[in-house]
Amino acid sequence: MLGKGVLKGMQVTIKRFVATYIEDLRYFPRRASQEAAEYRQRADTRGLKTIEYPEQKIEMFEGFRMIPFLIYEEDASPRCTACGMCARVCPAQCIWIERDKTPEGKNLRRPRHFTVDATICMSCGLCAEFCPFDAIRMDNNYEIGAYGRDDLIFHKEKLLRPVAYYAKIYPTEHALKEEEKRQKAEAKAKKAEQ
Amino acid sequence: MAKVREKAAAEAVIEEMSPLAARLKEEYDGAVMADSPEGILLAADRLPDVAAYLREAPDLTYDHLANVTSVDYPDYFEVVYHFSSTKNGGDPVTLKVRANKTDPVVPSLTPIWPGANFQEREVWDLMGIRFEGHPNHKRIVLWEGFEGHPLRKDWHEPYYEADHKPFPSRWPEGQHIQVEDRTPFKGNVQYPPNWDPDEWKPVDDMADFVERTEARLKADGDGMKTQKVVVNMGPQHPSTHGVFRMKLMLDGETVVGLEPVFGYLHRCHEKIGERNLWVQNIPFCDRLDYVSTISNAFPYVLAVEKLLDITPPERARYLRVTMAELSRILNHFVAIGFLFNDLGAYFTPVLYCLEEREFILDLFEMVSGSRMMCNYYRFGGVARDLPPDFMPRLEYLVRDRLPRGIDEIDYFLSENEIFLSRAVGVGVLPPEKAIRQSTTGPVLRASGVPYDLRRAAPYSLYDRFKFDVITETAGDVYARYRVRLREMRESVKILEQVLEQVEEGPIQEGKKVWQQKVPAGEAYGRAESPKGELGFYVVSDGGANAYRYHIRSPVLMNLTALEEMCLGYKVADVVVILGSIDIVLGEVDR
Repeated sequence: MLGKGVLKGMQVTIKRFVATYIEDLRYFPRRASQEAAEYRQRADTRGLKTIEYPEQKIEMFEGFRMIPFLIYEEDASPRCTACGMCARVCPAQCIWIERDKTPEGKNLRRPRHFTVDATICMSCGLCAEFCPFDAIRMDNNYEIGAYGRDDLIFHKEKLLRPVAYYAKIYPTEHALKEEEKRQKAEAKAKKAEQ
Repeated sequence: MAKVREKAAAEAVIEEMSPLAARLKEEYDGAVMADSPEGILLAADRLPDVAAYLREAPDLTYDHLANVTSVDYPDYFEVVYHFSSTKNGGDPVTLKVRANKTDPVVPSLTPIWPGANFQEREVWDLMGIRFEGHPNHKRIVLWEGFEGHPLRKDWHEPYYEADHKPFPSRWPEGQHIQVEDRTPFKGNVQYPPNWDPDEWKPVDDMADFVERTEARLKADGDGMKTQKVVVNMGPQHPSTHGVFRMKLMLDGETVVGLEPVFGYLHRCHEKIGERNLWVQNIPFCDRLDYVSTISNAFPYVLAVEKLLDITPPERARYLRVTMAELSRILNHFVAIGFLFNDLGAYFTPVLYCLEEREFILDLFEMVSGSRMMCNYYRFGGVARDLPPDFMPRLEYLVRDRLPRGIDEIDYFLSENEIFLSRAVGVGVLPPEKAIRQSTTGPVLRASGVPYDLRRAAPYSLYDRFKFDVITETAGDVYARYRVRLREMRESVKILEQVLEQVEEGPIQEGKKVWQQKVPAGEAYGRAESPKGELGFYVVSDGGANAYRYHIRSPVLMNLTALEEMCLGYKVADVVVILGSIDIVLGEVDR
């Protein structure tokens, strides 16, 4: 029958159309609630997949990559030793590091300046992957819009974040690293005892 | 580099030859100059004969010119050809010819292998090697009048800082320079010497196309002297999936001539790739085909692993296959959706398709940290292991959601009368022509040629899985749609087998090195990307940077056949035919 194929198509459209309304009713009268957003992110959702940003926000998966940040310890000392690994492995070459020096010209194991140019950063995460001191990680804050390009040049002050922030956005990885550290310290203590 | 080359040349002179090289030497006296595992070196003037022999000899049947590229060595240029066999499969045969530095000329293969057309133009454009006998010897991605040939080693880009990354200005005395400080009129613009921008007149690139098409029509005996209409379609045109341009010549509404124009999205990918460290190229690969992003690096890591001589652990290989098949499903959903956009079913089918894609992107984000620019493959492994909630999600998608989504699309669209009347019998590409034009992927398989690299030359783990190579016989737009739809089901089948077989284990062979040194040599890695054969030809000089880094783009080759598909159809069909090739300009222009 001519037109059967078109009608079959319409049937799919109608089904989809109704499904979204059923889904809306479930959260009546607040369809933009956080709970609705969570439901819509699930793989078995049948209705809408979209959410109403910025009223609703999706929680990012651990390890979501945006712009790098630097970690400082609880005693406010940055973990970064200015070894330059991240600046060298960066595909876009968007990291600039100046090593700190004593007045006599001796190299210190900390950066004087550390700049990430977010306008050219390609968020690949290689800096975080190859950092030997776990000092640089990728931030998951994707709202970095700015009014001028100067605001997108991230200097050391803007990049530094406490280790607690790292623990918050990388819970699994942080726990793993802490465990590793603890084991290392234990092994060392044992060795010292012997 | 020079040292490495000399050594290779000296080794090549030894009598021991591969059976094929020995046979060619016997058949063509004086044609074979040297042979090595990296390819057979031929005398340039004998190349067309030998290439024709490879195709015609009944037991060889190397009928598919997969890849043409060139390398700039200190003393000579080398043009490299890869021929594969659609009948027998297996590894490609590599032929090489050399050209001198002062006036490099090589005979063109285009008259007998139309598939070489764009690739030879690309070599001319970027490396400056002339191809004698090429019917349309023009630049392809850069504009006529561009000064120099960028892939030559002595050509420097405006921002030139050093031959290789990492740049010394970043560390240990790194002082940030704003990009603007280097942009327009502060050193970003390079004029050739003695060139005055005010006196420059743009080239009328239509005139040449009209002339060529009219000459061809005359030769074909176009008796009726009707006035032809020349139409410029694109680069800003909603149906061209990006910035793609076509020059069309119409007789009434019928297409009598077509020429694609590229380069509006050219980003010097290969030049950047040669400045990069090996590992730095992986994130750039994601920017090639920005629909099925994650699997673009697959052939690249395969090529480099060939040189490094390492094999990734079992689990890593399963993860690679998982990601590649997921991206195939994702890509075909998008391809089908946008085909319907081109047909005028504005955005209803494509949104249903994008919804399924969304769930696959969620998986990518979960495992790699980014939805599209995944940067997931590594030499000898993958970047990260799966998070704990990945597997249940994947299992649900593979066993439930995706098959249901595919069935729904099938039910929704396959029998639609409007679609059938626009797609059946439109844009027919006969199988012989499809092979001759070097098409691959769904375009080739829709013409009835069962050539799929996963079966023809299995890489990674593909020899372990049971799946069918999907073919359709008609070779029209509808057949290409059917091939994509059915291929998604095969991919789901592969993923089901992955779910059964994958086991815990390490995901990285050896230690990850940021400044990976790659032994000197050449390798051609290829994989069946969702769009066709995606190949990476890499040459290493033993250092931490690629000496040559070339991408064989499947979509660019498939576009070679576009004119063939469109001739004789109406101008409205051009849009549909282009949609059925499934182009992504990021990969066409690179």
